Amino acid sequence: MISKAEAKHIWVLAEQKKGKVANVALEAIGLARKLASASSQEVWAVLLGQDVGGLAEGLIQSGADVVLVVEHPKLDTFRDDPYVDVLAHLAENHKPAVFLIGANSAGRSLAPRLATKLRAGLAADCVELSWDAGNLVAVRPMYGGNVLATVTCPEARPQMATLRPKASPRPVLDASRKGRVEKVDLGGLQIRDRVKLLESVETGGGEVKLEEADIIVSGGRGMGGPERFAVVKALADAFKGAMGASRAAVDAGWVPYAHQVGQTGKTVSPKVYIACGISGAIQHLAGMRSSEIIVAINKNPDAPIFKVATFGIAGDLFEVVPLLTEAVKKEMS
Amino acid sequence: MRIVVSIKQVPETTEVKIDQAGGRVDTEGLTRIINPYDTYALEEAIRIKEASGATVAVISAGPEKTNESLREALATGADEAFLLSDQAFEGSDPLAAAHILARGIEKCGPYDLIICGRQAMDGASGQVGPSLAEELGLPMVSFVRKIEELKDGYIRVQRMTDDGYEVLEGPLPMVISVVKEINEPRLASLKGLMKAKRVEIPVWAAGDLGLDASRIGPAGSPTKVTKLAPPPPRSGGEMIPGTADEQVKTLVAKLKAAKIL
Repeated sequence: MISKAEAKHIWVLAEQKKGKVANVALEAIGLARKLASASSQEVWAVLLGQDVGGLAEGLIQSGADVVLVVEHPKLDTFRDDPYVDVLAHLAENHKPAVFLIGANSAGRSLAPRLATKLRAGLAADCVELSWDAGNLVAVRPMYGGNVLATVTCPEARPQMATLRPKASPRPVLDASRKGRVEKVDLGGLQIRDRVKLLESVETGGGEVKLEEADIIVSGGRGMGGPERFAVVKALADAFKGAMGASRAAVDAGWVPYAHQVGQTGKTVSPKVYIACGISGAIQHLAGMRSSEIIVAINKNPDAPIFKVATFGIAGDLFEVVPLLTEAVKKEMS
Repeated sequence: MRIVVSIKQVPETTEVKIDQAGGRVDTEGLTRIINPYDTYALEEAIRIKEASGATVAVISAGPEKTNESLREALATGADEAFLLSDQAFEGSDPLAAAHILARGIEKCGPYDLIICGRQAMDGASGQVGPSLAEELGLPMVSFVRKIEELKDGYIRVQRMTDDGYEVLEGPLPMVISVVKEINEPRLASLKGLMKAKRVEIPVWAAGDLGLDASRIGPAGSPTKVTKLAPPPPRSGGEMIPGTADEQVKTLVAKLKAAKIL
């Protein structure tokens, strides 16, 4: 166990996939920079992979003071076993006070294992992080976003947290920032490697990821059928955003599960969420209520979605949405 | 093959009240159900049992009334159930909860596959599955959307990622967490409910599991919840009047004012 007295500095896992650092990792570095400045600590980015050293400079420009680079064939793409073992090894050697990891599909799987191995406290899926008297203060939603819990970890180190995508802005690159790059030699470290990756498939052919989109246009039961989702897709494309769906639309088989927003689907917080033909069940609100602006288009003026909508349009979505798509295209051109 | 499904009992709704002091969520009087995410885990285990023969054990840590959820799981198709219950477990954070469950799983017998839901509807940390794997020293694949192949000592699965999926293989025993896409859970049958009544559910306390007091409850929990609050209310409800043309024009103006367009 890492003692509180020895622990110092704020670590961020700079998770990369195919040589590109995940947006949520950059967001975490930006946030770590603020926490570090408030507490006279350094930001350490931990970069694991194979031939990834070239990414270190961008991490420094994003706010890191130190970049630990670990290159190993077993770390080429994210897998729980080798990532947990290498990160635990690094943490035990350098004793960070805080360890932030992006709350994406890799981080949500990895962080609890790492916390267990280090006997550290973990606040999962945080929407807010701040610093108070030597402690990380994390805010995380529970009960489908109906409760916000403030969580601290007074003794155990590192204080771990996973950060939800888009909870913090992406840092602006500063080319004048200087930092130190340290290549780590793992020596004879035993690395578990039990699960093999056979195939990695990207579906949706380069579509904007739902969790990372600034603008999401979602359709619900009111769409009435799969082919009519083209209207929603066209508006999402006009905004260069992503297409979402309610559980009703997914369960009806109109749209794949990967698009589902809500309690049993994805949680998103875009700048603008446009809900088309979605009544606004509590389970749906759980997945999108933290969006900055919510626009609801629904023919039923009493639909509960209007109670949370910043702007509500009671009307026929098949009339309104195509008009809006044309107007957006005109504005964007 | 023996499969262990870890389930949690949760309030049936997420619309809960926080007590005045902001220290506790008041779930008194709410109907309690099997965590909806865990029903996919249970269903998958029962499907494996039906397809190729397996014993399905369900395990849960919680107060005495968690028994009702374990009986429901038995009535749905599980063969055995185990309850881990002790006042000393109260106030356990996810790390401590996984520690308790791991010792319970070790005590309940040999296992080939452990299946969990991806998170609980109440706490929503999603920590217990991966944490359990580490406690038991097992490999894990999270967010499984399909089991492609399962045989003696071997599993191949599809794992949902942020932009698609991965195909992964590994040795058993293994822990997997599953997502909604994997199946459509069935409900407990009347016949099953009758049968489930006769199954004896062992109840194990901290002492039965050889748990150290420093690893459970508040003492074994590195994290502390210092405050609970409702989310900031949304200032909603501005309805845009007019014909479709007018509504769209107004909305575009609003989005331009907000620097979206």
